[in-house]
Amino acid sequence: MTRQQVLDLYFMDARSKLIDLAAFLDRIQRADGPDDFRFAAFHKALKELAAASPNRAEKVLLALSDPTAEPIPAATTKAACGAWPGTA
Amino acid sequence: MPYIEPHAHMVSRVTDDYVKMATAGCRAVCEPAFWAGFDRSSPAGFYDYFCQLTEHEPKRAAKFGLAHFSWLCINPKESEDTKLAQEVIALIPQFLSRPNVLGIGEIGLNKNSRNELKVLEMHVDLAAKHNQLILVHTPHLEDKLKGTRLIVDTLKNDRRLKPERVIIDHVEEHTIKLVLESGMWAGMTLYPESKCTPARAIDMLEVFGSERIWMNSACDWGVSDPLAVPKTALEMRKRNYRDEAIHKVVYENPAKFLGQCPKFKV
Repeated sequence: MTRQQVLDLYFMDARSKLIDLAAFLDRIQRADGPDDFRFAAFHKALKELAAASPNRAEKVLLALSDPTAEPIPAATTKAACGAWPGTA
Repeated sequence: MPYIEPHAHMVSRVTDDYVKMATAGCRAVCEPAFWAGFDRSSPAGFYDYFCQLTEHEPKRAAKFGLAHFSWLCINPKESEDTKLAQEVIALIPQFLSRPNVLGIGEIGLNKNSRNELKVLEMHVDLAAKHNQLILVHTPHLEDKLKGTRLIVDTLKNDRRLKPERVIIDHVEEHTIKLVLESGMWAGMTLYPESKCTPARAIDMLEVFGSERIWMNSACDWGVSDPLAVPKTALEMRKRNYRDEAIHKVVYENPAKFLGQCPKFKV
């Protein structure tokens, strides 16, 4: 597909998601409460969107991932929360 | 357009979903054993589930003209209890000769714990001893990268396995390269909220090619869409893919991998 065709097919969808993202950031800012590791990771991942380099989807996923290598001692929950709470 | 749904948890779906899938062109549906949304209390619960997957569900699918195949295991979400896992794994061999059983799956990791890893190794040993295909679940969200690395290392370390007989499912942009470079197959799961959207899945096809890749809906009791594969085929058409290229991804590729088990016939 040409760049024009990609824009024709996906621009409106991406525009909608971009505004949703902006509204989410505004909503968080209006709300009271302590800092949260998920929002910190979100901000770290956001920087990848504005970068000029390719593979942004991969880099966003990496920014939200557990980078460690060793298995954890035991699973205490089944659910994932979308961001890694640790510090590399 | 004919397609194969290589990963769907139909025990969680209503019969209307079978109707919709058959109407959309589905020719076969493959159902890995998975977590029911709650922990089973005993091996007997798994025995009954394996009977459901190998006796009841194929009959239900056949009413709508669909071939039904299954994979057996104790899933990673119930693998923290290694004693239970050992007892469940001991039940599996008696089911392997059933006509719709394709292999061991979906095994893998969930939270990347030591016990999950032990149970993964037990399943790999079972598959190797019985020369079974393997279908692997990779963890969700922040745990996927680490889990995929641990899984690939575990599988590569077992010299009895042929990588082309293993599919690692739920890949995303940060794990697909690792899987394909290992020689194993990669599965892309099309979910409304997590894993891959149709657009992202097609992006990955454009970057990594369409060899050793399949797409699935993994529809279950959660937010999921049993028509995700044909909807992605439609998205490919919007992106000017030719019918042959779409057919390769949604039919030929899964048929090629699954056809390594002689019981898989469509």
